[in-house]
Amino acid sequence: MKAKLLVLALLGLGTSVVYAQEIVKIGHAGPLTGNIAHLGKDNENGARMAIEEENAKGVKIGGKAVKFELIGEDDQADPKTGTTVAQRLVDAGVKGVVGHLNSGTTIPASRIYDQAGIPMISPSATNPKLTLQGYQGVFRTIANDVQQGSVIGKFSATQLGKRVAIIDDRTAYGQGLADEVEKGVKAGGGSVIAREYTNNQATDFMAILTKIKATNPDVIVYSGMDAQGGPMLKQIKELGIGAKWITGDGGCTPELIKLAGDAISSRAYCTQAGLPLEQMADKTFKDRYQKRFGTEVQIYAPYSYDAAMAIMTAMQKADSVEPAKYLPVLKKIDFKGVTGTVAFDEKGDIKNGSVTVYEYRNGNWMPIKH
Amino acid sequence: MIQTLLQQIINGLVVGSVYAVVALGYTMVYGILGLINFAHGDIVMVGALTALSSILFLQEAIPGLPPVIYFLFGLLVAIPVCMAVGYTMERAAYRRLRNAPRLAPLITAIGVSFLLQTLAMIIWGRSYHSYPQLISTAPLQIFTGVFVTPVQLLTIGLSAALMLALVVLVTRTKLGRAMRATAENHRIAGLMGVDTNRIIALTFIIGSGLAAVAGVMIASNYGVAHYSMGFTPGIKAFTAAVLGGIGNLAGAMVGGVVLGLIEAIGAGYIETWTGGWLNSSYQDIFAFIILGIVLIFRPTGLLGERVADRA
Repeated sequence: MKAKLLVLALLGLGTSVVYAQEIVKIGHAGPLTGNIAHLGKDNENGARMAIEEENAKGVKIGGKAVKFELIGEDDQADPKTGTTVAQRLVDAGVKGVVGHLNSGTTIPASRIYDQAGIPMISPSATNPKLTLQGYQGVFRTIANDVQQGSVIGKFSATQLGKRVAIIDDRTAYGQGLADEVEKGVKAGGGSVIAREYTNNQATDFMAILTKIKATNPDVIVYSGMDAQGGPMLKQIKELGIGAKWITGDGGCTPELIKLAGDAISSRAYCTQAGLPLEQMADKTFKDRYQKRFGTEVQIYAPYSYDAAMAIMTAMQKADSVEPAKYLPVLKKIDFKGVTGTVAFDEKGDIKNGSVTVYEYRNGNWMPIKH
Repeated sequence: MIQTLLQQIINGLVVGSVYAVVALGYTMVYGILGLINFAHGDIVMVGALTALSSILFLQEAIPGLPPVIYFLFGLLVAIPVCMAVGYTMERAAYRRLRNAPRLAPLITAIGVSFLLQTLAMIIWGRSYHSYPQLISTAPLQIFTGVFVTPVQLLTIGLSAALMLALVVLVTRTKLGRAMRATAENHRIAGLMGVDTNRIIALTFIIGSGLAAVAGVMIASNYGVAHYSMGFTPGIKAFTAAVLGGIGNLAGAMVGGVVLGLIEAIGAGYIETWTGGWLNSSYQDIFAFIILGIVLIFRPTGLLGERVADRA
């Protein structure tokens, strides 16, 4: 028994000598607990899948075999925790960061990564402010709210009805998107007849919906996440409101359909930055993800996958894992990702970020022309 | 406009009656131990999720029963489970700290709350669960433009019945007398032959049973359940208990209903009343302003007794 153990130990030693690999840490931060933990896990899975696939290929950088390692942190969707975990990732020696999920956490955290000189790519923070801070190493793989909000606003006013009520959840994301929706509605010739507010913990919207009902809207826009959107649709039905309903990418999930139950109908719409999963450049992603994690893609996993890929591709092109060396390459990167061509403009926003409108039909969000 | 006001009152009553039932749990424990059991909100969550699992189990095992049976089955499983959790909580976390400085059990309560949430996250996962619609949520029009759903009516009715039952229990039974005696002074009650440990454990058990019902009602009403769903009703119910006068049963009920109404009316009219200066994002602040004003003029809450020591 002892001899066996010794042999095993020697073997173990042997392999570690032969395959001496450089470990390159890549950070991921997103909410793994709390209200939108399912979305945070989805993002982390996306990055994890990219890293596992690259490792399986056997990457060499600077002549040495490299193994990428994901360091996942939980920012609880809380701005203060976001900066704490950002610092923790920096201290852990990550060479690049995929994250965070929310605009509210990403914006304060970006400052910490910038000071440490570590590039970060958010797969899902859509608040325009993120890339307007003048930081060199801040990117995103998703279209921002300016693009998405104006699509929601114009689509509502031109195709759904002129009288638009807007509800947002007072997060950086919700508020930012709602402001752009308001501009879009006006540009589309409609009018905003009510603006109401809730929060990202709420499940009861009866009071604000009752108030909105009195203004007799054609469309209700909800700028927030699926966890609130589902119950909101139920309550709209319970109050006998006949208006159409549209939400942004935070509510454009299978989860929302499940939560809304029989209250969702063909008068529900949502938009998502980027393309539908079926229309993405890489059509096998959905199945690969399902096979690896045993669950469905929620929303941002493909963007998170592309963000991680962008970092790893830039490292390989620059032949260095040092941020100072690969950042200039990352800025000019241009490759075919899962979501389409990944290339950034001078601010760090994704180039040609597209927005798709979906309509609820037969248990699914179906992309429609707009 | 009168429809809008009526609708807001109904909205407020539904939310408020749930607050009231949860607030009873806070106020009973506070009345007897002087402890604010911050984990009480999480018992609400345990109730909702346990009921969910048992409903799904029964639907799988014996499909095709009338929905009410599934609903009752969920309740009947959730109530004893929550009672067991409440008892364990008292026995494991609070009993040893009964004579410790007040801060120790308070911090422990916060710890228990985290523990329950984390356990629930491990058991039920992080996702939102869609709650089966066993009681109809189809709107009934009671006046032109004023709607109420059967599940909302049930929420109000069940809450009222539970509150009534609790009042009868506390004022008319031997157990209730022992509870009141323990609340007044648990050492002297002990000398008079009251098994105070048992009474305190029963207080936790009853409070947790009420929380289980509240959890099932919240989840059925909104159609969602989630491991952190107990936080908001917990905080609101605690506020309601303080508003009504913590330690006082009638106060918890009045506080709950009043808070629900203030929130609904506040969210509905604050913008009109302040000429657009404040809007519905100040919904919660509005409730706390009222709480502040009440506490300035009645420091022990709306129905709190003016006693020097704890109620």
